[in-house]
This record gives sequence, structure tokens and C-alpha cells, in this order.
Amino acid sequence: MLEVRDLHYNYGTFPVLNGVSFDVDEGQLCGLFGPNGCGKTTLFKCCLNFLKSHRGSIRMDGKDVKDLRVEDMAKVVAYVPQEHKPPFPYLSREVVLMGRTPRLNGFFGISREDKMKAADAMDLLGLTELADFPYNQLSGGQRQMVLMARAIAQETPLMFLDEPTSALDFSNQIRIWRIMRLVAERGVTILACSHDPNHVSWFCDKVVVMKENRILKAGSSQNIITEDTMNEIYQDICSVRKIGGIKMVLPKDVTLRDETDGFGIQ
Amino acid sequence: MTGLTKRMRIAERIGLDQEYGFSEIHKILILLALFALLIVIVGVAITFGAYNISVSDVYRIVMAHVMPFGDISSVTKLHNTIVWELRIPRVLLAVTVGTALATAGAVFQGCFRNPLVEPYILGISSGAAFGAAMGIVFSNYLLSIQLSAFIFGSLAVALAYFLARVRKETPIVTLILAGVIIGSVFSAMVSILKYLATDAALREIVFWLMGGFYYATWNDVHLLAPIIIPSFLIMWALGWKLNILSMGDDEARALGVNPEKYKFVLITLATLVTSLAVSAVGIIAWVGLMMPHATRMMLGPDHRYVIPASAMLGGAYLLVCDTMARTLTTAEIPVGIITSILGAPYLFYLLRTRGKAMLG
Repeated sequence: MLEVRDLHYNYGTFPVLNGVSFDVDEGQLCGLFGPNGCGKTTLFKCCLNFLKSHRGSIRMDGKDVKDLRVEDMAKVVAYVPQEHKPPFPYLSREVVLMGRTPRLNGFFGISREDKMKAADAMDLLGLTELADFPYNQLSGGQRQMVLMARAIAQETPLMFLDEPTSALDFSNQIRIWRIMRLVAERGVTILACSHDPNHVSWFCDKVVVMKENRILKAGSSQNIITEDTMNEIYQDICSVRKIGGIKMVLPKDVTLRDETDGFGIQ
Repeated sequence: MTGLTKRMRIAERIGLDQEYGFSEIHKILILLALFALLIVIVGVAITFGAYNISVSDVYRIVMAHVMPFGDISSVTKLHNTIVWELRIPRVLLAVTVGTALATAGAVFQGCFRNPLVEPYILGISSGAAFGAAMGIVFSNYLLSIQLSAFIFGSLAVALAYFLARVRKETPIVTLILAGVIIGSVFSAMVSILKYLATDAALREIVFWLMGGFYYATWNDVHLLAPIIIPSFLIMWALGWKLNILSMGDDEARALGVNPEKYKFVLITLATLVTSLAVSAVGIIAWVGLMMPHATRMMLGPDHRYVIPASAMLGGAYLLVCDTMARTLTTAEIPVGIITSILGAPYLFYLLRTRGKAMLG
């Protein structure tokens, strides 16, 4: 579904992507994981054609993104940006309805069906109560949920999410991951940046780990999120333990403290 | 009280469910009401004037000209000239210019994602002022003040646009800064011309800068309306795209709206109508800033409604101001002075009451 081959991108002479290659299959939920400044956002922007890569190719749904017009691209891939504040107080329902733009035709071409799909997307995320609130007066987490609903209303086979859970409370983080799973099970391919290794190992089918402008590892999230990988990217500060059969990534000093107190977790 | 609100909520919810909560009927009703208001104000404005003509005479003259085989033998020639050759073109020109400035204001604010932007942001006013001053000072060499103002007004925006264009992109901040730079260069050149001008020419430049409809004729209406009305319709048709553009370039791209392409089209149209308006009547402040604000408070920020509503409100507001300008005192007051005096308290009120919601 998504095929990235030997991607290169420089800001001036400074290389940000240095031969990045990976694949995501249809209906997979793929996590993109890596420390700050490793090139995740640039990779996103190249894939979405916001930045033109200098070398390499990106294929989505079999089509090279370089050949896609902006209008057609939006029918293939939806993008959930990190939350931000627009200057005008659009209502949440209007923001969600914006997701239907690539499918509109004509002047005032917003049909009953478009409105229905926007309402369904809000329903799926439990946002019906917020529909009549101005979007720029919501909390950061609520705004992120609205952007997610917008991407769902866009009905694309691919979805890119830039740290979708960064501004959310614990229960909403889990809710967003559950919704991403649900969407992936309907056949949508998802690529999501995340900074939480546990979320990636619990919810993602696949993970792509980046370090210093290239791919360090890629594969099933269970096999990749290990103590070795974690310590390779985060300089020896992590431990991986199993709690009730579930893998947990913990800071090393926390596990050491607990073990010396006689509360060994393993 | 609580019972009433509860019932209203239930009714609202039923209404919402039926329409999936996207009911637009009341917005359309407001648009129609604004249109009716504009017509009424036009109807009243043509009966006002320094020269006293009875209301029935005014309408007899209008009917005579509008209807086929109309009969104007029953009114004097003087009355006919005053109503048909002086008042009506002036009224229509005020509405057209108000429409142009308010529409352009709404479009610029959306494109620049900033509710404090006005149509003169990219240096149109300074460019046009320079053009007009050139036309006045060098009246022997240049064809017309209007043409020169139009050319230099558009030129200022074009310069700002190309100055700001880096690697096929025009970032908003760069564009606004380029507009400020170009504007200040032209302002300096206007000052040079003022310094060099004779007393009579200087007086004319100052009057032109204040803006006014003193010399409005049918020619102006025939020149402006056929360009401004279609441009307005195109901008209105792009209203939904403007909503998307106002979310930012990356999001617009992700939602399938090419930001470079549509920003170029919208800014070009907005510049065209603003330059035309400014070249015809001089620099009139506040209309382009205030009217989009007022409509957003009535109808919300959806540009599909903001654009037509601010166009109609702009036309109505400028017409009211101009009618005051020509009737309040025996001499004319430049209309720019009235729009500013009425506009400043309004914006102050906005800032105090809605500042937080409007400006984030």
C-alpha cells in the first residue's frame, strides 16, 4: 500500500533523510518511532508531497506520488496534523466537514451524504456533544480528536497521523489507539508517529524505527520493541519487562529502584 | 425559564438530527434579509440630497428611465438631471465600491489567516496614491488619474507578490512584510510628489487621498460594475476553498486544495476589485476591515456566507456614509472621514467585547 524506496532529502546541504526505505501493507497499523530530530516529520512531509524529495520514490496504492495532483492526492491519503489553532472560530462540525472537500463537486456541492458522513465520523469518536463548539476554543486534546474525525470523514485508503496522542489524557490516548485499530481493521492503512514505545508495541502491527536520518529497524512491533532497540536509540536508559505477559518498556532506574526495594517486577 | 430552555433544546436537537446538524436555512434567511436591507437603503438614499425633490418625483423619474416607453415630460429637466445623472450613479457607485472593498477584505483575511488584515495590506493604497499623485502633478503627460492609480495600485501588489516568492512558494509572513516594504516605498514617493507639487495640485492630492464620490458618473458605474460583479461571484464560488486555505498551507494541500494556485487566484481577484475601487474614488478606510468582522459575528466564519454578506453590508455601509457625507452639511465631507469616525468606535467595541473569541 505504501512503498518508500531509497528516499533522500536535504535542508540545504544538511541531510535529513538518508536513503529511507520501508513498506506498509494494506490494513496495517504502522507506528513510526524515533527520537526527536531524527527526521520523522520530514519523512511525513515528503510522503505527503509537502516537500519534494531529492532522490528515491514513494508509491501509494501503486501510484507514484510525484505524478499525483494535489486534488488526487487528497483522495488517497488523509493527514492528521499536530493540533494547532486556526484564526477563525469554525465550528467543530465545519472542521470535520472540511474532510469531505476532495470528494465535493460543483459550487455549493456539499450534499446531504457529505454531512451525514461527517456526522458519522464525529459519532465514531464521541464528539457529537462538541459539534457546535468553535474549534479554536476547544482544548488541545479535543482539537486533536476533531482532526481525527476529519481524516475519517475523508474516507481515504491511507491515513497519516503526526503524533495523534501527544495532547491527550490517558483515556483519550487509549481511545484514539482503539479507533486507529478499528479503522485499520476496516482496511485503511495507517502510519502514525508516536513517542510512546508501549503504545507502539501494544497497538501497532508494524513499527518503523528511525535513528539519525535513516531506518534503524522495521518489522512486527513485538519483535522490534526490545531492550536492545530501545537502548540503541535512547542511550541505555530503558528496561523491558513483562507484566502479566504484557511487554512494558520502563526507565531503567525505576526498575532498579523497585528491584532493590524487593518489589521485583519480573 | 428552565422549562423553556429545555424545550428549546429538545426542539433544537430534533432539528439537528433531521439535518445532521448542518442546517443552513437561517444563514440563507439572513443573507436575504441583508439583500432586502441593501435595496431599502438604496431606495431611501436616492430621495436624499441637497436639492429638495419630492419622493414621488424621484420615483417617477426612476420609473420613467427603467420602464420601456417611460414618460418624463411631467418632471422638469433639472430634476431629471439631478436624480438620474447625479444621485443614482453616485448611489450605485457607492454600493459597488463598498461591495468590492468588503469582499476583498474578507478574501484577504481568509488568505492571510488573519482577521486584522485589510484590503490595502499589500500596498494597493500607497501604489494607487502614487499613481493618482503622478496623474495630478503630471496631468499634461498622463492620460487619466484613474488609470494611473489603477496601474500603480496593481503594480504595488504584483511587486510585493514577486518579492515574496521564494522557491515557487509565497509564505504569508514574507508576503505581508513585502507589502509593508512596497507600501512604504510608494508612500515616500507620494511625499516627494507632494513636496514638488504646486499648491493647487497639492490640494487635489490631499482630497484624493481622503476618498470621495464627488465626481461619480454613469461612466464610472459602467466601468466598475461589469468587472466587480463577476469577480465577486467567482470569489463567492471559491468560499469553501477559502475556508480550507484559512487552515494553513499544509492542511489545504492534505485536503486537496492547492494553496499556491487558489491563493494566487483569490489575491489577484481581490486586488483587481480593490484597485478599481480605489482608482475610482480614492482611499476609503475601514470598510474592508470592518464588514467581514461584522458578518462573522452574525453568520460565523464560513466564507461561503461571509463573502456575500460582507459584500452587501459593505455596499449598505458605504452608501449610508456617503449619503451622510453629501447631506449632513452644505459642503461635502470626504467620505473617508465618515467611515473612519464611525468605524473606529466599532472596532474598539469589538475588541472589548469579542476580542478574545475573535483574535484567539
